[in-house]
Amino acid sequence: MSLPPLNKYFQAFFETLLMVSAAALIAIGLGLLLAIVLTVTAKGSLYPKPRLHRGLSVTANIFRAVPFIIMLVALLPVTRFLVGTTLGTWAAVVPLTVNLIPFYARIAQVSLNDVDPGLVEAARAMGCRRRHIIRHVLLPEALPGIVSGMTVSVIAMINASAMAGAVGAGGLGDLAIRYGYERYETRVMFEVIVILIALVSVIQLVGERVSRRFDHRH
Amino acid sequence: MHLIFSKVSKQYPAPSGIVHALRDVSFTVARGEIFGIIGRSGAGKSTLLRTINALELPDAGGIAIDGLQVGGLDEDGLVHLRRRVGMIFQHFNLLSAKTVRDNVGLPLRVAGVKPDVVRQRVDALLELVGLSDKAEVYPAKLSGGQKQRVGIARALVHDPEILLCDEATSALDPESTQAILALLRDVSNKMDLTVVLITHDMAVIREICDRVLVLDHGQAVEHGEVWRVFGDPQAPATRALLRPLQHGLPADLAAQLVDDLSDLDGRPGNALLSMRFNGAAQPHGVSLQQLALLGPDATLIHGGLDRIRGHAQGNLLVSLPVASWQSIKTNGAFGQNFGQKHGADFIEVLGYVPAPA
Repeated sequence: MSLPPLNKYFQAFFETLLMVSAAALIAIGLGLLLAIVLTVTAKGSLYPKPRLHRGLSVTANIFRAVPFIIMLVALLPVTRFLVGTTLGTWAAVVPLTVNLIPFYARIAQVSLNDVDPGLVEAARAMGCRRRHIIRHVLLPEALPGIVSGMTVSVIAMINASAMAGAVGAGGLGDLAIRYGYERYETRVMFEVIVILIALVSVIQLVGERVSRRFDHRH
Repeated sequence: MHLIFSKVSKQYPAPSGIVHALRDVSFTVARGEIFGIIGRSGAGKSTLLRTINALELPDAGGIAIDGLQVGGLDEDGLVHLRRRVGMIFQHFNLLSAKTVRDNVGLPLRVAGVKPDVVRQRVDALLELVGLSDKAEVYPAKLSGGQKQRVGIARALVHDPEILLCDEATSALDPESTQAILALLRDVSNKMDLTVVLITHDMAVIREICDRVLVLDHGQAVEHGEVWRVFGDPQAPATRALLRPLQHGLPADLAAQLVDDLSDLDGRPGNALLSMRFNGAAQPHGVSLQQLALLGPDATLIHGGLDRIRGHAQGNLLVSLPVASWQSIKTNGAFGQNFGQKHGADFIEVLGYVPAPA
């Protein structure tokens, strides 16, 4: 009698999907931008700006250091300002996004830094402007890593979204805690875990496929 | 002169102190010439090459291309300059994410050339380098020689007047090296291209260069026509670089060599004579008749000649029984004209070895 009806599962699943995809879309966009800025402002790179580089780098570290559950609370005023409320699925999108931007930026930055400097030199030698180098050399050459970084980030975010129940955002994690933990319905918890495993596996599989598709290095 | 270097210097700070990559390097390159720069690793050749298209800027001195000073150009000026100067690399530096066609077409694309024009130009260049069938392939599927052909096509796509080659054949097997050098010679003729190449391999210089500059610790220690430098190297660095190509004394003979006849302890022996031909006085080669004047006992044991730009130069090692050698000496024939008489520019007695049993 205390088992949730089937539509609860659907609802939770779509809440998770909504939270994660909205946050991922924004965070991956901004994170990639941050990664590019971090890469090209480094000493000896295309637009060397060591101060800006250090400032951004420190900021990214600060945001990465704060545990998600704390950020969820600490960002409440920002969330209220941006979405008008601190409760519900959309309210969870804000901390999820803020949490993911530096995480994804660092992963993408590693891929961008790994681009062979010889390719950048060749591009300069052929008369590419710096923006051409970003567009035709850095981004396409780093693309396989940028894509697999997305996979890692989205999966990490599904993880974090479970905590979003704390702000009444719903989602699969919330369902599992509410029924599995608070009402001792262990079965619900296991069912949610199975759904999560399936979701993560599909994302991983698709991510790997896409990444391989862009990889012509071998 | 197409390219003029005047007193170019460049230094880097390094943990061990200041490294002088280039010191007061001056030379000129004529239009249509294939100019080689050689030196050991760390001699500064890579830096020198990169100052031509301003990938590196000198601390002092100037580089002029057709009178245009390379230093002090802004980004627009540099982009414009680099479209007149193509460059190829030791490790090819092709973009792995783009097909051969897109790699070759990229310099045009970023210059805002219309796609159908790019297509035509790329097709023409792939044909020139013999890779028409590989246009849609990704570089990872190509052999080293093929990758360098793509590199050459890409470097020539703007129809440049200068081509810079950065150790272009150092990562290739001997067969591909020959093919790439032949292609470079071919395109430099066809397109009236000035080629500046750097290498640590004297064989490359011998194969295609008209003139050569030898760099050692950032300094130009020798420069001139290739056959002259090969025939009569002056700087120690040049000699060291030439050694692998020269016919030095074979190790087994070197082990037995003694300076003085008395060290043979009365055993029968041979004198070893090294004859050098520098290709200046007798560019067409060595007269066998003149060689035969060394006498019927003389034996040619090691050596060879290379014809470089129409000048035969090289060295031969001749052994002569001690008795014959002494009669030449007592006759007074071993004097000022001894070498000339036998067609050599320089004859040196290396020493004596016991006669083979």
